[in-house]
Amino acid sequence: MSHNQSSHSHITHKALDLDKINVILATDCGSTTTKAILIEKIDGHYRQTHRGEAPTTVEKPVADVTVGVTNAVTEVGELAGRKFVDDNGEIIRPANGNVGCDIYISTSSAGGGLQMLVAGVVKEMSAASATRAALGAGAIVMETLSSNDKRKPYEQIQRIRELRPDMILLAGGTDGGTKKHVVGLAEIIAPAKPLPRFGSEYRMPVIYAGNKEAAELVQDVFKDEVELKIVENVRPVMESEYLSPARDSIHDLFLEHVMAHAPGYDKLISWADAPIMPTPGAVGDILKMIADRDQINAVGVDIGGATTDVFSVFDGVFNRTVSANLGMSYSISNVCTEATMAKVLRWVHFDMDERELRNRVKNKMIRPTTIPQTREALVFEQAVSREALRLAYQQHKEFATTLKGVQQQRTVGDVFSQQTGGNTIVNNMTLNLLVASGGVLSHAPNMNQTSMMLIDAFEPEGFTTLAKDSIFMMPHLGVLASVHPQAALEVFEKDCLIYLGTCVAVKGLTKLGEVAMRYTVRGKGLDLNGSMNGGELKLIPLWEGETATVLVEPTGRLDVGAGPGRPLEKEVRGGTTGLIFDARSRPLLLPDDRLQGQKMIKQWVETMELYPN
Amino acid sequence: MAVAYTPGLKVSPQTQLRIRRSLPISGEVKVSIGQKVQPQQVVAETLLPGNVYPLNISKMLSIPPAEVPGALLKKQGDYVKVGETLARSKGIFGFFKNELASKYEGQIESISKITGQVILRGEPLPVQVKAFLNGTIVEVIPNEGVVIEAETTFIQGIFGVGGETYGQIKVATKSAEEALTPDLLEESMRGKIVIGGGRMTYEAVYKAIDLGIAALVCGGIDDQDLKAILGYDLGVAVTGSEKIGITLIITEGFGDITMARRTYDLLKSREGADAAVNGATQIRAGVMRPEIVVPIDPKHVSKNAIEDTSAGGGVMEVGVSVRVIRDPYFGILGKVKALPHEPVVLESGSHARILQVETLDGKVLTVPRANVELITR
Repeated sequence: MSHNQSSHSHITHKALDLDKINVILATDCGSTTTKAILIEKIDGHYRQTHRGEAPTTVEKPVADVTVGVTNAVTEVGELAGRKFVDDNGEIIRPANGNVGCDIYISTSSAGGGLQMLVAGVVKEMSAASATRAALGAGAIVMETLSSNDKRKPYEQIQRIRELRPDMILLAGGTDGGTKKHVVGLAEIIAPAKPLPRFGSEYRMPVIYAGNKEAAELVQDVFKDEVELKIVENVRPVMESEYLSPARDSIHDLFLEHVMAHAPGYDKLISWADAPIMPTPGAVGDILKMIADRDQINAVGVDIGGATTDVFSVFDGVFNRTVSANLGMSYSISNVCTEATMAKVLRWVHFDMDERELRNRVKNKMIRPTTIPQTREALVFEQAVSREALRLAYQQHKEFATTLKGVQQQRTVGDVFSQQTGGNTIVNNMTLNLLVASGGVLSHAPNMNQTSMMLIDAFEPEGFTTLAKDSIFMMPHLGVLASVHPQAALEVFEKDCLIYLGTCVAVKGLTKLGEVAMRYTVRGKGLDLNGSMNGGELKLIPLWEGETATVLVEPTGRLDVGAGPGRPLEKEVRGGTTGLIFDARSRPLLLPDDRLQGQKMIKQWVETMELYPN
Repeated sequence: MAVAYTPGLKVSPQTQLRIRRSLPISGEVKVSIGQKVQPQQVVAETLLPGNVYPLNISKMLSIPPAEVPGALLKKQGDYVKVGETLARSKGIFGFFKNELASKYEGQIESISKITGQVILRGEPLPVQVKAFLNGTIVEVIPNEGVVIEAETTFIQGIFGVGGETYGQIKVATKSAEEALTPDLLEESMRGKIVIGGGRMTYEAVYKAIDLGIAALVCGGIDDQDLKAILGYDLGVAVTGSEKIGITLIITEGFGDITMARRTYDLLKSREGADAAVNGATQIRAGVMRPEIVVPIDPKHVSKNAIEDTSAGGGVMEVGVSVRVIRDPYFGILGKVKALPHEPVVLESGSHARILQVETLDGKVLTVPRANVELITR
């Protein structure tokens, strides 16, 4: 039961002399595409130099992931003028002249990623902690069971029998506390005889991370029918959470069982110089590392065809959520269903026929690889993306909370705002950096569109820097950080992020036609001042690499970070969009009347030069 | 970006189809190699462990968990019938005894002293796998399932709802363009697989369900109508388990859309033949499309038939037939006229590689390469 607290203790890999590493090759095996990047040490600094991609080959007829890896790596090699693959089809190491690389690392989300079933005694407590551990490790949580989820035991058993997760995480009870409930949960899971997703040749991996004193009893319940691994409690005492042992154990089992049963992974694991990580787990790692180093609060989002991942670090606390059915192709129809078509259409500044749109949405769902050809189609897709992002962020805020069930120390003032804990820790006013990735955001024809999709969906308050992941290399850098943090940080800084600019927004309800804020902007060749009325947006050119000092004085009870009505001065960063002043109210309210709404959106579209002719 | 997803659906007059039919867990295979099977014949079966009924005896009798084993009148492994007394509390000085009659029938699988819970396991549940296809068993995977082979006419649709069903093919419309309306459906179509041309209307689907028609196959359907038929808005394209009393397959897409001439003609040529259809669709990694399988009588199998390889995309080159699969030209058919190498700026502002399509009426359209799919002839 002992646990090594260092992360990724799982597999012993060769000791690396970090100073001698000049050429780094990294791949990310996604469900459709395997992406390879090359990082080289140039004049003493690590830079990302070339990239290549090839279709992922996990599924038949090839059924060997390393074929796609070799293809992607060969493409990088051709571009870089290096030979990476030897005659046996293996990656050459170490680098020598124009041949080989010094380290090879990889992430993977192929084959649908890591799918887990999570169970905890109390939904808001141990089950929530266990879910956080699973999501943090990069898993997709298919189902969360708890003793108080209002389902009858036989209904829970039925549900377990329907699912085919890759592994199960079971938690519950504080150390030394009551054992009965967590053992009861084990008694529900065991007779359901859950079957692992990949074939029946191995036993279902089950991680127990509950009351340590109940571990033996849990073992008795499961007998030899599952592959039980006992780790430290995710909630040893009510007041604190301890997720890393469960998280590491998920990574271990992911490699030992799930990956090892996917076609070609045994070979891929043997090639790699660091344990292969689930893609979202790696993205989370790098974001956390940056936030910790710069002492900032950051949010990252990755919107894909089927799912949207949101990562956040607030005051050093990391959270990740996956919104499984919010995405831009496979899940586009679901976004329209969940958000409602009326909510999607409020972002469109012209008339559209709803019946026709419904058919278009479904046609995109059944043929997910098509792209918008007309401006009208693009505007509509970007409207859908705002709703997908808004819903994903809302789910994230509801999930990323302080621990529930903890007694809070109260002052007299709290009598009027009694809360039992479990408040969201996401605070848009203290958010410093918002990073976007995923097709609809990173491939938008115009970066101002990306900036506005982010602002409209996330509604940042005060001063927030906006950026996008240039070629989605955060997964690669996440794994690299586990072996060579310096290289990962250097590349992140210089090549990973493309800065869009800074958004400065007032918090509170602004009134149309009334002054909401006054500003002065000083920087190289810039000396501006002015005021903005409620409902207005303003775009000030401030290019990539430039900075400016901005002083904002909000009126009345409005706030930009220094408190209601108080001025705040900060240095801001420019980018491909520039400096955006937003006096449109927080929360952002759009008129219910369709015509009035269209008029307002049209004004914003013009100010931000979103769809120029 | 390169993608593994390949548009292009298989529409083949004669293809040697091999399908694998397997059990979810190991069991018994009921047929042997070389055997001819019928669509509804069971080829493999197994017993799933029965339903589980957890009974918290401790709570039910208000006794501590540790006393549960003593209160039980049955041992682990014993069978209990509905109404049979399962446990009795000791009471106080022999009085106030509580009895518990079982609400379920099953075998006692486990008894827990920790939680006071008894797990009752019901009768095993049989699971059967049918052949689906009129064909020959060519492989037996011991304890798992079989591979069936048959010469078939094989057509993949783009989207469907409802599961596997069987019936004779009956064409209801006069052309590939004509929408399927209720007046075209009649009593004699009960149990059949009815083919329409363009869109299937809401009213037609309802009448078809009333008439007991097995399946409808048409070019398109309006999403608003699908929502009304299902009773909910379909969010994610994972279908097959709907219980609406009929299987629906569309071959082209949503909206008013004509069935591809080739598909329509092929279905018409097999009118009267027995077919098996499955509406199950899954548009995710490991894509699954609905299918219409019409076995060919061995006497009529053409030895010279050219194996049709229209599925899986193929090579995009000048002269091949394509269909545009995205607005503003959704559904338009034509031939590739040119494949310029350099990316072009689209009206949306995106840079994309495009191709030029010459439509049937001679117009030339510029379309992103991602927005067409290959069709045969």
